[in-house]
Amino acid sequence: MPQQSAERAAFSQRTAEIGIALVFLLFAALVIFDSVRQGARWLEEGPQSGYFPFYLGVIIALASTVTLVRALMMPAARNKAFVQVGQLKLVLSVLVPSAVYVALVGWIGIYVSAVLFVAVFMRWLGKYPWWKVAAVSVGHSVVLFCIFEIWFLVPLPKGPLERLLGLG
Amino acid sequence: MHGFSVVLTPTNLALMFTGVVLGVVIGVLPGLGGANGVAILLPLTFSMAQTPEGQTSAIILLSCIYWGALFGGAITSILFNIPGEPWSVATTFDGYPLAQKGQAGTALTAAFTSSFVGALVAVILITFIAPVIANFALAFGPPEFFSVYLLTFCAFVGMSKEPPYKTIAAMMTGFALAAVGTDPVTGTLRLTYGFTHLLTGFDFLVAVIGLFGIGEILLTLEEGLEFRGTRAKLNMRVVIETWKELPRYWLTSIRSSVVGCFMGIVPGGATPASFMAYGVARRFSKDGDKFGTGQVEGIVAPETAAHAAGTSALLPMLTLGVPGSPTAAVLLGGLLIWGLQPGPLLFVEQKDFVWGLIASMYLGNIAGLIVVLTCVPLFAAILRIPFSVIAPIIIVICSIGGYTVHNGLFDVWMVVVFGVLGYFFRKLQYPLAPLVLAIVLGDNAEASFRQAMLFSQGNMAIFFETPLVASITALAFFLLFWPLISLGIRKLRGG
Repeated sequence: MPQQSAERAAFSQRTAEIGIALVFLLFAALVIFDSVRQGARWLEEGPQSGYFPFYLGVIIALASTVTLVRALMMPAARNKAFVQVGQLKLVLSVLVPSAVYVALVGWIGIYVSAVLFVAVFMRWLGKYPWWKVAAVSVGHSVVLFCIFEIWFLVPLPKGPLERLLGLG
Repeated sequence: MHGFSVVLTPTNLALMFTGVVLGVVIGVLPGLGGANGVAILLPLTFSMAQTPEGQTSAIILLSCIYWGALFGGAITSILFNIPGEPWSVATTFDGYPLAQKGQAGTALTAAFTSSFVGALVAVILITFIAPVIANFALAFGPPEFFSVYLLTFCAFVGMSKEPPYKTIAAMMTGFALAAVGTDPVTGTLRLTYGFTHLLTGFDFLVAVIGLFGIGEILLTLEEGLEFRGTRAKLNMRVVIETWKELPRYWLTSIRSSVVGCFMGIVPGGATPASFMAYGVARRFSKDGDKFGTGQVEGIVAPETAAHAAGTSALLPMLTLGVPGSPTAAVLLGGLLIWGLQPGPLLFVEQKDFVWGLIASMYLGNIAGLIVVLTCVPLFAAILRIPFSVIAPIIIVICSIGGYTVHNGLFDVWMVVVFGVLGYFFRKLQYPLAPLVLAIVLGDNAEASFRQAMLFSQGNMAIFFETPLVASITALAFFLLFWPLISLGIRKLRGG
């Protein structure tokens, strides 16, 4: 029986396990490499800088190798979908805009980016009418501005619009 | 008793409620930590603190903000799995699942009430045995600190459902991440690979907001665009019903309060206290293996301990001028700026002030409890806001939280990265809690260990030298091996 295309596996459990185990191994390698560079011996007055990180890296590498081997040997019955295509789309539909939002913060400041971010979500995912979208997105940004900039004096990244308005 | 008359003026009462509300706002928003919030509002109090009555009012305001923050951290932990404060992380373990089952009101009530109980126990402690306890804190040097961190860790680790190799990998990764940045003993740079952004290492708050908060949002998305747990009951009856259930956990409460008071005085801190209390409660409870699925007891333990610790951290500050937590340090700064000298003389020369402060601790906590409990239905209703509105706002707030750590965008990107990692870890059954605990304790534990080694010239026996450190270390190992011990006892009885 043909499956719905949204229910197809984007990638399998085994692929995910292997992928993450490899990420851990890479991390462990970075840790070990730098620790050896720092010096990883136990001297008279105690351990060197790199002593503990070195052994941490070794343990992580060993544990992840076990995980990796187990993942490679995973029986097909357990190798179900890690995430389905439909689910992955939903996850990415939040993740990608979030990444774009963070990138924008560096350019146009956090308050304007927040307005755009909330607006996009409300319009595209929530299908709200424009006036509601504008009210909530602008409103929430103004509230945050008051709380952080004015009351608590916590400086957040600002962009050209704030400079134009003379708000710092 | 004189202290109460000092406090119960209309101005001071108004200040109390204002302080609590402000504190809750601070506690709820990651990025406005309890210490930050108090520090930023310190200048406001300068004009207040010109007169002795004014000083009392000022410290009442500040300390009520402190209590408010202690309460507030639990709110986002329970509703969104985003710890508003570091000490609320352990509350997410059972608080969030409980909210997801539609019992957000129960979870919130349990958390607030337990916090109140913990704080109350600590305040009673401070009132009656302040000088005695204070001397205890002086006996702590690096070996003792390390043994306390070891104890925290051993109390928490063990008995988890996840595959052991993944648990080990996660835990060690936490320690490794904690090691990134400046070496606490020699000052050299470790594991930074030339990235100046990593000078200060990975901050706990960044990791936690990403792993728990963003990770949870990504995970929830798989079911569709909505948060679970929106069917929470929204009336005051929830509060009463939960209160009827809570006395069952009186032993957990007492135990967690003791843990909390100890960790507050010792300067371990509210965060390790909450983890330790959770671990101990899980170990010794009948429903231990149900922890993590929404057990009320799993909320009672960490919240009681965190508040007891937060409150008792003020004790060494008042009596010795040694702050037991970052927020206590800020309050200490306030005292000094106003011209008050903490220490034994404070109790003699500024009696009104001290007793006013202590009275405000009692009343401030009561005020706090009233404020948050009446708002429980309101908080639970936040979950009903449609996903497409609340999710981006949460992400914006998380990004602010990440940014304020070091005033840099790098940490915001790290929040996103940790979020993705959190998603994968949760799905692949890598446990997050040991990782997070390792990040919290890692630097301090390593620094204490290496300092202890410097004293003892590399001799490990220093951890058993004095009765104090030996008993803590022994307790740590006992807790670590408890599962094996209890298994052995069961076999002996049954076999």
